[in-house]
Amino acid sequence: MSTTAIPTGTKWWSGGKSPFNVSYGKVMMWYFLMSDAFTFGAFLISYGTIRFSVNHWADPNHVFNAFPFAGHANLPLAFVSLMTFILIFSSVTMVLAVHEGHKMNRKGVEKYMLLTIIGGIAFLSCQAWEWTHLITGDHAVLVNGQIEHWGTTVSKNPWGPEVLFNGKEIATPGPIAFGGYFFGITGFHGFHVFSGVIINIVMYIKTKLGHFDQRGHYEMVEKAGLYWHFVDLVWVFVFLCFYLV
Amino acid sequence: MSQHYENPEITFQPDHSGGTSRIWKIFWVLSALTIIELALGYFLYLKHGHLSDMIVLSTKGAIAILTLAKAYYIVSVFMHLGDEVRNLIMTIVVPLVLFVWFIIAFLSDGNSWKNLRNTDAGSRPNKMEQVEKTPLENETHH
Repeated sequence: MSTTAIPTGTKWWSGGKSPFNVSYGKVMMWYFLMSDAFTFGAFLISYGTIRFSVNHWADPNHVFNAFPFAGHANLPLAFVSLMTFILIFSSVTMVLAVHEGHKMNRKGVEKYMLLTIIGGIAFLSCQAWEWTHLITGDHAVLVNGQIEHWGTTVSKNPWGPEVLFNGKEIATPGPIAFGGYFFGITGFHGFHVFSGVIINIVMYIKTKLGHFDQRGHYEMVEKAGLYWHFVDLVWVFVFLCFYLV
Repeated sequence: MSQHYENPEITFQPDHSGGTSRIWKIFWVLSALTIIELALGYFLYLKHGHLSDMIVLSTKGAIAILTLAKAYYIVSVFMHLGDEVRNLIMTIVVPLVLFVWFIIAFLSDGNSWKNLRNTDAGSRPNKMEQVEKTPLENETHH
């Protein structure tokens, strides 16, 4: 059995051992997450480029101000804060599951994996509500001198600059890219959450069946944990780019 | 009981015997950072239209820095990258430095497009004028 302290002067690159001191599977999970970070980064930077290139962009405090069962109350940032805290908390339960795995405590892993799965499903439910609210909610827009009522979709953006019409302020169509970027990026992230929940369910079942106890380690749970924390990490940036700034 | 298995790829097993206090500490740090971000977000919302561009931009910059701090804590503690050997940390973090160029190059490109759009402003009708020229008596819904 190896020791915990790493002596200085260890020749990592002299062969016979992994220079990264982790299993092949974990290195590959890290590289996958790095490539995924570039994918999300490219999406978000593309969104930023388009947003920088136009004179007017939808005000997030105006677009995302609804809360379930709150009617038409103006609550900017409230619902998305709830989603953020759900995801942070499910990240905590995930890291606690990994911690229990290190101690080979099957019951502990089961408990925290279950809580993580519930957190993931809660987040997805919130996102489903938010999307439905955006797509079905109608907003008065002045289109070619006529008032129309639009939801927010990939082809319609009712959050453009406001103009005076018959003495009232009314929005005009905004840059069409808004819906595409919003639904594209939050959808891609939501799909990651969805696949993370599936992976976590598989881990939960395997834990319950005692597969990791037979194997002698819970490294699979650690790797699933890396993926789950990455999903939380991406949300931190989606939260910044779409809701806060 | 702790895990005891031999993996030839792992030379030194990191110490996992500690309690969960560090995890909960980071949870509170992440929550506090998020609450500060939200406070700054509400500041921008409530003072909308009363702040100079410089203050708006610096507040948004502060929120972005707080986001990077959150990312650091998630990767370092929750993903345990901080506990790994330097070689692994470097092989992950160094390529991400590309983002520095990526962000600067593309956002300034977007900004340049905006400037180009605005230089031919004279050839486009002003939205306000367009509306005033075509007044409609009856509002039609749908």
